[in-house]
Amino acid sequence: MEFLNVWELWGGVILRFWPVWAAILLTYFLMRKYRQRLGIFGNLLDSAVGLSGLMIVLFWLFTALFADVVATFEPLEQFYRYRRKPPGVVELESMVPMFFGSDNLGRDLFSRMVHGSRFVLLIAPSATLVAFIVGIMLGLPAGYKGGRTDSILSFVANMILSFPVIVLFYLLVTPGIRETALPNVMAGVFFMFPIIFALTVLRSRFSERPELLIPWSVAVLILGGWLYSGIVFNADPLGWISMDPNELNIFAAVVFASSPGVFRIVRGLTMDIKTRDYVAAAQTRGETYWYIMLWEILPNSRGPLIVDACLRIGYTTILLGTLGFFGLGLAPESPDWGSMINQTRGFIRLIPTIVLPQTIALASFVLGLNLLADGLREESLKD
Amino acid sequence: MLRFVLKRLFVMLLTMLSLSLILFSLVNLEPNLRKLALEQNNNRMGQEAVNSWLEKNGFRRPFFVRYGEWVAGAITGDLGYSSRFRKPVNEVLPKRLGYTGILAFWVLLTMVPSALLIGILSGMREGSALDRNLSIFSITTTATPEYVSGILFTVIFASWLGWLKGVSSVKDITFENFTLPVMTMSFYGMGYIARMTRASMSEVMTSQYIRTAHLKGLSFRTVVFKHALRNALIAPFTVILLQFPWLLTGVVIVEKIFNYKGFGWTLVEAAENNDINLLLACSLVSVVVVIGTQLISDVGYAYLNPRIRMES
Repeated sequence: MEFLNVWELWGGVILRFWPVWAAILLTYFLMRKYRQRLGIFGNLLDSAVGLSGLMIVLFWLFTALFADVVATFEPLEQFYRYRRKPPGVVELESMVPMFFGSDNLGRDLFSRMVHGSRFVLLIAPSATLVAFIVGIMLGLPAGYKGGRTDSILSFVANMILSFPVIVLFYLLVTPGIRETALPNVMAGVFFMFPIIFALTVLRSRFSERPELLIPWSVAVLILGGWLYSGIVFNADPLGWISMDPNELNIFAAVVFASSPGVFRIVRGLTMDIKTRDYVAAAQTRGETYWYIMLWEILPNSRGPLIVDACLRIGYTTILLGTLGFFGLGLAPESPDWGSMINQTRGFIRLIPTIVLPQTIALASFVLGLNLLADGLREESLKD
Repeated sequence: MLRFVLKRLFVMLLTMLSLSLILFSLVNLEPNLRKLALEQNNNRMGQEAVNSWLEKNGFRRPFFVRYGEWVAGAITGDLGYSSRFRKPVNEVLPKRLGYTGILAFWVLLTMVPSALLIGILSGMREGSALDRNLSIFSITTTATPEYVSGILFTVIFASWLGWLKGVSSVKDITFENFTLPVMTMSFYGMGYIARMTRASMSEVMTSQYIRTAHLKGLSFRTVVFKHALRNALIAPFTVILLQFPWLLTGVVIVEKIFNYKGFGWTLVEAAENNDINLLLACSLVSVVVVIGTQLISDVGYAYLNPRIRMES
C-alpha cells in the first residue's frame, strides 16, 4: 500500500481546492473595488475578525458550489480493500490518493467532506431565511400593536422555546411522522409565509399604483406557487423543483425550532423602534400599519437582524449536525457532516484521524459565521 | 412581588399544560402506536392483530380520556410502565436523573466560574489585547458543539496523549473517566455566558458611577470588585439559568458520546425503542426543568434588579 508524505498530502489538498481559491480571490477584489456600494459589508474589509470570518464562510460556500470539481471520488463510492485507512493512502487502480483516508466502508473522507458541505449550505441558510420571514411576519405586529396579539404570540413562542430541542427532534423527525401528513402541513404553513410576505410588501408599497401592484403580484404568485407546489407537495408541473421527504421533514422541524427566537428579536426591536420620530411622522401621514412596519421599522432594524442571521445560520448548522449525529431523518449513507461524525466515531480507537475532517469542517464553518457576525456587529456599532 | 410571582406561576402552569398536550398527541400518533404494538408482540403481526391489541390495551379510547388519565397519573406521581426497561417509570427515572445531576453539578461548577472570569477580564478593559484574545476564545467555544468538541477531546486526550478515558460509567466515577464529559459540556456553554458577561461588564464600566469612582481616586481593583461587579453580574445570572434548555440537549449528546447512562441516555433509549411512557416522562421532566429555571430566573432578576420590580 502506498502513502503520500506530508508535503504531497497537504500540497495535493491545497491544489484540489484551486477553483475555491480563485473564486475567493475574485470576490475579494470585487469587494475592494465596489466597497462603497456594499455598505456594512464593505466595512468588513477593515476588520480582521470579520474578514477572516467572511473568508471561511466563502471558502465553504465555494466548496459547496464546486464540490464536483474539488472532490476526487464519488461520495458514495466504496473501496472494499481500503477500509479505515490513514490519510494519504493511494488508491492503486486509479492512482488517486485518498487525502484524508477512508471510512469504515472504504469511502473517501475528503470527497465526502467536500460533498457534505452541499447539504449544510443548502439547508441551513434557506431554513434560516424561512424562519426569519416567519419571525418577521409575526414579530412585527406583536411588537407594534401589542395587546392581545402580542400576548398570544409571545405565549406560543415561549412555549416552543421551552421545548428542549432534542426532545422536539426525537418527536418531529422520525420515520413514523413521515407517514402522517404533519411534516407536509408544517412545511405548507411555513412556506406560505414567504409568499404572503412578498405580497404584503408589494401591497403596502404600491397600494396607490395598481399598474405596478397587479403585474408584480401576479409574478410573485406564479413564481411562489410554482416553488410551493414543488417543495411542499412534490408536484412541480415542470419537474424541476422537488424535495426529498426526509429533507422536507428536517426543514420543517428546523424552521419550527428557530422561528420563535427570530420572533422574539423582531418583537423587541419593533418595540424599541416604534417610539422613533420617523415612525410618528409616518403615522401622521396616515400610512397603513403594514407600510409602517415593513417600510419604516423593518429596514431600520436590519443591522441587528443581519448579525443575528449569521449567528442563526451557524446555530442551524449545529442543529443539522445534531440530527445527523443522532441518525435522525437523513439517509444512513448521506455524506452530511453530522451523519459522518456518527458513522465514524466508533473507530476513534483504531484510527483517530477518521473523525477529524468532518468535525473540523463543521466547527470551522460555524466559527466563520460567528466571526463574521462579530465583525458585522462591531462595524454596525461604529456608525 | 407576590402578585408578580403568582402571575408567572399561572403562565408557567398554562405552558406546562399546553406542552404536555402537544407532547402527548405527538407521542401517541398512529404510526408510533402501531410500532409499539409490533414491538410488544411478534413483529409479523397483521393490521387486524395490531388493532385488536391496541383495542385491548386501551389505546383506542377517546384521546382526551387517555390524556386526562395520563395527567391525573402524572400529578399523583404514577408515570406508567416502561416497556424498554420492563419496570415502572418511577423506578427507572429518579436513579438516572441522579446520575445526570452529578454530571450537571460538576459542569456548572467548572463552567460558570471560568465563564464569569473570562467575561469579567475581557469586559473590564474593552478593546485590550487580552479582551480580543479572550473574545476569540469564547467565539470558538460557541462554534464547537458537544459532538465536535467531545470527539476532538477524545482524540487528543484519550487516543494521542492517553491521559483520560473516552468512556465513562455511572457506577464508578473517577477523575480519568469523568473529566472528558464535564470538559466537553462546559466548553460549549462557556463562551456564551462569557460573552454575555463581557457585554454587561463593558456596559457597566462606561457608566457614570464608575467614572465617579475612578475620579474619587479609587484604585482600578476596588472599582472593579466593589462597584462594577455587583451590577455587571445581574445579566449573566439570567443567562446562566436560561442556558438550561441547551444544557439538556448537551446532556443527551455527551451521555451518548461517553456512554454515561444518565437521563440523556435514558431519553435516547426511550425514543429509539418507542417506549411511550418513558419518553413522555422524560419530556415532562425536561420541560419542568426548563420552565422551572425560567421562573427562578424571572423572579431572581426582579429581586436583584429593583427597576424591574417597580414596573410590574
